[in-house]
Amino acid sequence: MQNLAQQLINYLLHLADTTLILSQRNSEWCGHGPVLEQDIAITNISLDLLGQSRNFYQYAAQLINESKNMQDTKALSSFGEGVGSEITEDSLAYLRTEREFKNLLLTELPNGDWGQTILRQYLFSQYQYLLFEQLQQNKDEQLAAICTKALKEIKYHIRWSSEWVLRLGDGTPESKQRMLVAINELWRYIGEMFIAVDYEKEMNIDLIALQNNWAEKVDVIFQEATLSIPKNTFMQIGGKTGTHTENLGFILTELQYMQRAYPNSQW
Amino acid sequence: MVKALLDKEKIWQLLSTVADPEVPVLNILDLGIVRDVIVSSALEGLGEVVEVIITPTYTGCPAMDMISIDIKLKLLENGFKNFKITSVLSPAWTTDWMSEEGKRKLKEYGIAPPHSRADDTANPVIECPQCNSTNTKLISQFGSTACKALYQCQDCKEPFDYFKCH
Repeated sequence: MQNLAQQLINYLLHLADTTLILSQRNSEWCGHGPVLEQDIAITNISLDLLGQSRNFYQYAAQLINESKNMQDTKALSSFGEGVGSEITEDSLAYLRTEREFKNLLLTELPNGDWGQTILRQYLFSQYQYLLFEQLQQNKDEQLAAICTKALKEIKYHIRWSSEWVLRLGDGTPESKQRMLVAINELWRYIGEMFIAVDYEKEMNIDLIALQNNWAEKVDVIFQEATLSIPKNTFMQIGGKTGTHTENLGFILTELQYMQRAYPNSQW
Repeated sequence: MVKALLDKEKIWQLLSTVADPEVPVLNILDLGIVRDVIVSSALEGLGEVVEVIITPTYTGCPAMDMISIDIKLKLLENGFKNFKITSVLSPAWTTDWMSEEGKRKLKEYGIAPPHSRADDTANPVIECPQCNSTNTKLISQFGSTACKALYQCQDCKEPFDYFKCH
């Protein structure tokens, strides 16, 4: 069993990895969006997510360095230690391996078509909003502050992505068909959002309320979009504890290339 | 003590000359980024320590690193050596902290200023900064930078940025 400090660090890494990987995925649309304004929108969201992940990584790095100073080194062997001993936001993002990443599986899936990308964004943003609403009450003040700030941005992400779900779901036969395919592709990765792993248990998150509120909100949008929530789907888990789909390795290969090829290079 | 007060005033004045790199008509005081300036006379003989406390606008705003460097340079140029810049997240920045002067300058520059948070709705009525018409249309929730949305005036046809309520 991990102590509280380790649990908080792992939880921060989970939040950081999740936002980093989704940011990386969305940024693949840069220059490829269906029209210029939407290209800008998805990359803006990507930037917001990157900013959030930086805040989480910075805070995690600070806590890791502090606990290292307290000689608690044994438990910290896998926090991205490269050359030199100081952990930074960069070493956490660039020097950890696939099995150390704790992002939700949903975020690492390929973008698919535009419908699949915006459906994922909507399902994730709605979840993130409700989760961060809980976390802004967290007794850890820095975690609460990061989430409070991010909520303002997430509000816009929900607004934008839910409009797209309506437009495509209740659009042409083809757009609707594509949304149905997207729902089918993504749904089995929703479950792990609401299943606590070890390091989450002391974070005071009410996952049952989170799941219910999320389902309620999504249902309203889906009904308006003439879509429906699938029932009794098999749910794939593993992302939070480092067991990923084959996709993450490819993402990290690209994301970490520079630091791996030229260690300690500076921009 | 008197020197500390004078210096504090001078630093605020210097900060008012640091421009936002993305919206250069605004300085960082107009934006409400600077939360406090603390001048403390540290140990005797060592002079004073200056702390400038800033808060980021948007989480991912790439201008923040730039602003931090600009503040550093400005203080160094003016003979301050012993200082630090602290970034705080709480309370979270809001467009309500933007000064009236800042909002006026934004509009003159061609960017519609943010509504107050109390008046914010999902579909706010935005005035065209060129012809003041309220007959405007949202083109995209996201504009050229994280803080702006894209609108078009239906009367004078001019597209423009709206500084989003945040």
